[in-house]
Amino acid sequence: MSEQGIGARVKRKEDKRFTTGKGKYTDDVRHENQAYAAFVRSPYAHANVNGIDASEAEAMDGVIAVLNGAQLTGDEIGNIICGWAVNSKDGSPMNMGAWSALATSKVRYLGDAVAVVIAETQALARQAAEAVLVDYEVLPAVVSAVKALKSDAPQLHDNAPGNLIFDWEIGEEAATDAALAGAAHITEMKIVNNRLAPNPMEPRSAVATYDEAEEHYTLYTTSQNPHVARLILSAFYNVAPEHKLRVIAPDVGGGFGAKIYVYPEEIVCLWASMKTNRSVKWTSDRSEAFVTDAHGRDHVSTARMGFDENNKIVGFKVDTVANLGAYMSLFSSAVPTYLYATLLSGQYNIANIHCNVRTVYTNTVPVDAYRGAGRPEACYLVERMMETAARELGVDPSELRRGNFIGEFPHQTPVIMAYDAGDFAGNLDQSKEAADVAGFAARKAASVANGKLRGLGYSCYIEACGIAPSAAVGSLGAGVGLWESAEVRVNPVGTIEVLTGSHSHGQGHETTFAQVVADRFDLPIENIQIVHGDTDKVQFGMGTYGSRSAAVGLSAIVKAMDKVEAKVKKIAAHILEASEEDIVIEGGQVKVAGTDKAMGWHEVGLTAYMAHNLPEGMEPGLKEGAFYDPVNFTFPAGTYICEVEVDPETGVTTIERFTAVDDFGTIINPMIVEGQVHGGLAQGIGQAMLEGVVYDDDGQLLTGSYMDYTMPRADDLPFYKVLHNSTVCPNNPLGIKGCGEAGAIGAPPAVINAITDAIGNNDLAMPATPQNVWAAIQASGKSIAVQ
Amino acid sequence: MTSIKMTVNGKSVEKEVADQTLLSEFLRENLRLTGTHVGCDTSQCGACTVHVNGKSVKSCTTLAVSLDGAEVTTIEGVANGELHPMQVAFNDNHGLQCGFCTPGMIMSGIDMVNRYKASGQELTSDAIRHELEGNICRCTGYHNIVKSIQDAAAKM
Repeated sequence: MSEQGIGARVKRKEDKRFTTGKGKYTDDVRHENQAYAAFVRSPYAHANVNGIDASEAEAMDGVIAVLNGAQLTGDEIGNIICGWAVNSKDGSPMNMGAWSALATSKVRYLGDAVAVVIAETQALARQAAEAVLVDYEVLPAVVSAVKALKSDAPQLHDNAPGNLIFDWEIGEEAATDAALAGAAHITEMKIVNNRLAPNPMEPRSAVATYDEAEEHYTLYTTSQNPHVARLILSAFYNVAPEHKLRVIAPDVGGGFGAKIYVYPEEIVCLWASMKTNRSVKWTSDRSEAFVTDAHGRDHVSTARMGFDENNKIVGFKVDTVANLGAYMSLFSSAVPTYLYATLLSGQYNIANIHCNVRTVYTNTVPVDAYRGAGRPEACYLVERMMETAARELGVDPSELRRGNFIGEFPHQTPVIMAYDAGDFAGNLDQSKEAADVAGFAARKAASVANGKLRGLGYSCYIEACGIAPSAAVGSLGAGVGLWESAEVRVNPVGTIEVLTGSHSHGQGHETTFAQVVADRFDLPIENIQIVHGDTDKVQFGMGTYGSRSAAVGLSAIVKAMDKVEAKVKKIAAHILEASEEDIVIEGGQVKVAGTDKAMGWHEVGLTAYMAHNLPEGMEPGLKEGAFYDPVNFTFPAGTYICEVEVDPETGVTTIERFTAVDDFGTIINPMIVEGQVHGGLAQGIGQAMLEGVVYDDDGQLLTGSYMDYTMPRADDLPFYKVLHNSTVCPNNPLGIKGCGEAGAIGAPPAVINAITDAIGNNDLAMPATPQNVWAAIQASGKSIAVQ
Repeated sequence: MTSIKMTVNGKSVEKEVADQTLLSEFLRENLRLTGTHVGCDTSQCGACTVHVNGKSVKSCTTLAVSLDGAEVTTIEGVANGELHPMQVAFNDNHGLQCGFCTPGMIMSGIDMVNRYKASGQELTSDAIRHELEGNICRCTGYHNIVKSIQDAAAKM
């Protein structure tokens, strides 16, 4: 392994601009002629809009325009789409309610936008937005998905009777019922997966500019996928044709899913820039983010898992109600279906699985993918069930898992997925060793001696990354292909630019991708530049989410490099008068193996561009592009072990140890991969112990700022022990599985399994705040039972 | 409007500002020093942390007019010819991912190391975690931020 190639802990190339304050985020962009947008938002969760009086705002000095939904629809700006069509089990299409970027006659969640003010300054725009009078006729609201399904619940959309969007199923119900009927033991649980707010630290922002002479638009935006944004803005929202719209996602301060979607604000800023002939900037503040950024999770499930007399799982049946909020966001339909129920086999050999999912409208912020997107919900369900079953059966929870592990690959589950490679028992062994499970009893005794409770919990997670292949997801309803593209440009001086459709918003692609190129062509990493995030530079791309950048994006780069290498060898063979098969690339040179004949890498570049002496018929230049469509999902998996200490008097819980063993396949840069795990674990621990979006029954958001929504702080979290047990993914050229979401997927059940182990009460909901833990301890009688 | 004069990153600046102008806004919009970030509106996240007269301050909750005559250092003013050890440590220890909270983390990190050194206290990892109460990061899980500050403390 070289110091800069695959497997090396290369320090990040992008860090200097971030550590010196020179990063360029969307809100740092300022154009000549720039105006500011502020949105008039509904303070009610559900209301008819009977009128808008903007006269006072319009009269304010410095207000340029106040625009509303009627004008927007009048200009034929399209409704917001959901990009994945999921049918109900009876074959009927999903009941998708109309979502206009500016509501016209009805608002359906607190924060729903009804108008926008464009003004000379941000302060003035916000002041004027306060002065817009909206005549609301308040309607009853419903925020719980379970309540929204009841017959007397308020109705959100006329075309979604009973607030039901679709009633979907996967797996064989009759076979699963039969298997459960014959089971020796059944574990049954009701499991709630709490609603979360993603909270990338950079609030969303958009700067739109309309060039009247060229009839051309430019949008700077906080996006994880600028090309997808351009496609949707153009094809569905009719803002501008694609060739007249440039979308730039510059430095983006975290995404976690929340920046996948095209939001109303981007549509409105583009449209308003045309209406006012001004650059229009909007930047969310954190309070606005809480009521506009798509939320995540929010499932209520009942699950039954059956075991035979040898403690083998015979069947697993799940019924889930998923809250999708007031409107269907871009991938909202896929998250609680194909990204969720397809992972219900976990790491286990289960012959019979059935899952029914009802998705529901409520008067809350739309719900969509948040780090893990469906897979955390599946993992939490499966791993809480396994731990609970082990307790009921009186067996070691790690051994119950081991006895049910899938050990042979490929393995076809009953819920679509075909696992390609893994070493589940190896992950478990390595993590138990690293977590010193053998020493737990002594540590527990020491805690008890100090008046504390101590518990240990496992999570053996599996997830699916790099959603693919395109034809397969298309057959399941996806409205996009999920390939990736890349272009590798070797310049005449031999330096390389790689244009990728992946987008880095913290993942470190400028380093990791450069490592792979440096490794392949044996060049200094400084000579390689990664270009991303601009539709005028990069031909196309599907962006970054679902841990797909390395598994899919890098594979496209590899494919383009294959073509570059082939051409380099042809040129060198021609110049050096050798056979192509004898050409090797190493040490900045292109050589004839076994001879002293060589030319510099840069000379090959120069030769290609000079075109004075190329092989007969060869085109000049040295630039190749590729599209890569994966043949299967990839399946990262691992074992997480959490060890907690609980103060029975207060419920305060501290994580004493957190051990992660992950199988991500080939690792390009272990430093960056470990960083991804750390961050994912923090979000998973956050979900388990701290975070939760809370609405009151009227749909008012009670957790609308960092004063109320508990973000994980440094002193809430431990140092993590992060290890790897890699099996190579057989389905992509580098053997990569993906690492971005694992921590957030695997951590929550490990934490809750540990706390419930400590307190001796399995009935504990996330987030396990001190109050919730204390209450559970009271219910278990352990508050005085430290013995 | 009020005229204010202050020293920002060693340079004297004089501007007319609206009385409600926050220091963060003054730095970002009036001086175009966009390294200071605003990540919340309740003074919780610390992305906006700068130094005022040598002490760390959240610029999003400080009125610019209250700082007439003050010396302000932002992330852009930390490197003095070469990168500050705290900046180097964040790179060495992978203490940042998206980079948005990083300016605030570095400014808080420098301040805490200076304070602990001045008082002769040991800056343990627990102390760093406690001191970071006012700085939120969503990417790193803090593991490498704590290590970065520990590393820099040894070199400052």
